[in-house]
Amino acid sequence: MSQAGTDSATENSAGKGTLRVVQLYPRDMNIYGDWGNALVLQQRIRWHGYTPELLEYNVGDPFPDDVDIIVGGGGQDSGQLVIQDDLQARAGVLKDLAEDGAPMLVICGLYQLFGHFFKTRTGAVIPGIGILDVETHGTEERLIGNVKVATPEFGEVLGYENHSGQTTLGSGVRPLGSTPKGMGNNSSDGHEGARYRNIVASYLHGSLLPKNPAIADFLIRTAAERKYGSFVPGHPDDSYAELAREHAARRPR
Amino acid sequence: MLYFSVPLGKLVRRVSRLRGGGSALPGLVVEKIDPGFMRRTLSTLPHGVAVVSGTNGKTTTTKMVVELLESQGLKVFTNRTGSNFTRGVAAALLGEVDWRGRLDADVAVLELDEAHAVHFVNSVPPRYCLLLNVLRDQLDRFGEIDKTAQLLQHIAAKTTGTVVLNREDPRVARIAESLTGQDVKYFGLDDSLLSTFPNDDDMRTAPGSPAPAGLPEKPAADVVLRKVGADTAEFEYDGATVTTGMKLRGVYNIFNAAAALTLARSICGSGAATANHDALLEALSRVAPAFGRGESLTVDGQPLDLVLVKNPSGFRLGLKSFPAGGYATMIAINDNYADGRDMSWLWDVEFESLREGGVDQLTGSRAYDMALRLQYDDVPIGNVEPDITPALAAFIREAQGKPKRIFCTYTAMLAIRRELSKITTVEVVS
Repeated sequence: MSQAGTDSATENSAGKGTLRVVQLYPRDMNIYGDWGNALVLQQRIRWHGYTPELLEYNVGDPFPDDVDIIVGGGGQDSGQLVIQDDLQARAGVLKDLAEDGAPMLVICGLYQLFGHFFKTRTGAVIPGIGILDVETHGTEERLIGNVKVATPEFGEVLGYENHSGQTTLGSGVRPLGSTPKGMGNNSSDGHEGARYRNIVASYLHGSLLPKNPAIADFLIRTAAERKYGSFVPGHPDDSYAELAREHAARRPR
Repeated sequence: MLYFSVPLGKLVRRVSRLRGGGSALPGLVVEKIDPGFMRRTLSTLPHGVAVVSGTNGKTTTTKMVVELLESQGLKVFTNRTGSNFTRGVAAALLGEVDWRGRLDADVAVLELDEAHAVHFVNSVPPRYCLLLNVLRDQLDRFGEIDKTAQLLQHIAAKTTGTVVLNREDPRVARIAESLTGQDVKYFGLDDSLLSTFPNDDDMRTAPGSPAPAGLPEKPAADVVLRKVGADTAEFEYDGATVTTGMKLRGVYNIFNAAAALTLARSICGSGAATANHDALLEALSRVAPAFGRGESLTVDGQPLDLVLVKNPSGFRLGLKSFPAGGYATMIAINDNYADGRDMSWLWDVEFESLREGGVDQLTGSRAYDMALRLQYDDVPIGNVEPDITPALAAFIREAQGKPKRIFCTYTAMLAIRRELSKITTVEVVS
């Protein structure tokens, strides 16, 4: 049996330094395998020869210092209600990190709340923290299925969407890519996700990072460069990721 | 119209059987031409209708309830074919009624998928319902877990007699608070077993909404599972503890036995009112798992276990209930509609328990997604072959002389059973 992924990179891990990953609200905003994104960051940081440190930030916790990567997931409507006050209280520190170039991955529910607001179907407005120039409106229509995104930065991105909030982008952000398969941000404009500074925002589960290691490595590289001035990559074995991508790309919507 | 619907439906059923077709068409036909058929037929049953719903364990639990009631001499109508949609019930009814539409049964026990159960109870309010759990299953079908809980609540609200609830699942237990007219009974688990029974809210990845608080005070349960031995279980009810033999394996299956016992006691009376207490226990000890639910076959003189996994909690329970030691392991992951298309759920399961022995064979349309998942948990991988037929052959060949275990999604299990039926005795369900 082969044990892929754990290549020689682990041998010299001592030298390259630590990268601290903070998972936002894993207790309340964590659905459809969002843990997979945190696990992939943790393992790939190791495979690139750095030392990962994975921290959880939940409602009411003290906010950690020296954050290198932020990762946040989706939630049900009830999860969004639980975190909204705490998120507002942390808006300043998150905004400073974002403007300072800290890499962040926000999926689904936290993508929405990183925007200006989420207006529910019943007309209630949940304020966001406005880091991303986007707004989201709850709809009766649920966008569900496999998605293929053509992106300028990461090549073809594959994942699975499941959301009824529809997001429109303002001029302050650019889309992650266009959607030859699936819907993405909304059912009309053919775009998925948002990019702003080093933030990658997306609706895609799957989980996103395992089958899209290019995005994982972008977050890790950016974090290493921001902290240490340069990034010395290792050589993770992505042969299963490649095959999983090939097979996933052929599956029906 | 009424006079023709049953003979016509039965005719369609015969024709579609001859053509080797599915079970739903005749149900669809009779539903269209005679929408009152189901309600009319089922309302004549002296003990009424019992609906079993929830995410996990419906099939095994329904089978147990049926066998428990039969041990009491009741004639039970059930939807045995696993067609747990309303149309499947109509189709099953057509197979059982006589040409004039009369059903010779005392009670109906029906397994219904959550969403279809809502549709069903709107046209046929049940006298009893048994609600097992709300777990992350095919969220891509139902949307969100809180919505699934609402579906179950609706089933309870439409129930006219007794509602049986899982005391240990906060989302299910809390349904009691919204009920006014119904009699509520619980089945429960001994505190010492709670830890072996993870729910979604204990997962590293909670289901999104915060776990609702359980009921302020744990209500008394009609039946409590106290202990699980190698092939025995200890239940407490009517103030006494009874130990019985168990063919079922896995704590979660045996917990469902407590659920089935509670419903059976509601239907045929508890305590001194129970017609035949010994027969009830005897039936319980003889219940075999429903197909694919921890079922053990024999291949090359060695046991081959089939463990159905269809959601993260089911997979975690499967890994916990069936330790890997000494077994060759295969995992078969399909992403057809009935399996759920979203692969995210694999990332909510921890596979460390397979690290030591590794996984010998991966297969299914998403075999490489599974391989990728195992890679990130540092689990060694043998072969990966998406095509199930050669993968199964290779697994059996290379693991010769070893007991084997296959974790599989629903449609992968159907394919594996078809293949296995060529070399061993196995009930093929289509």
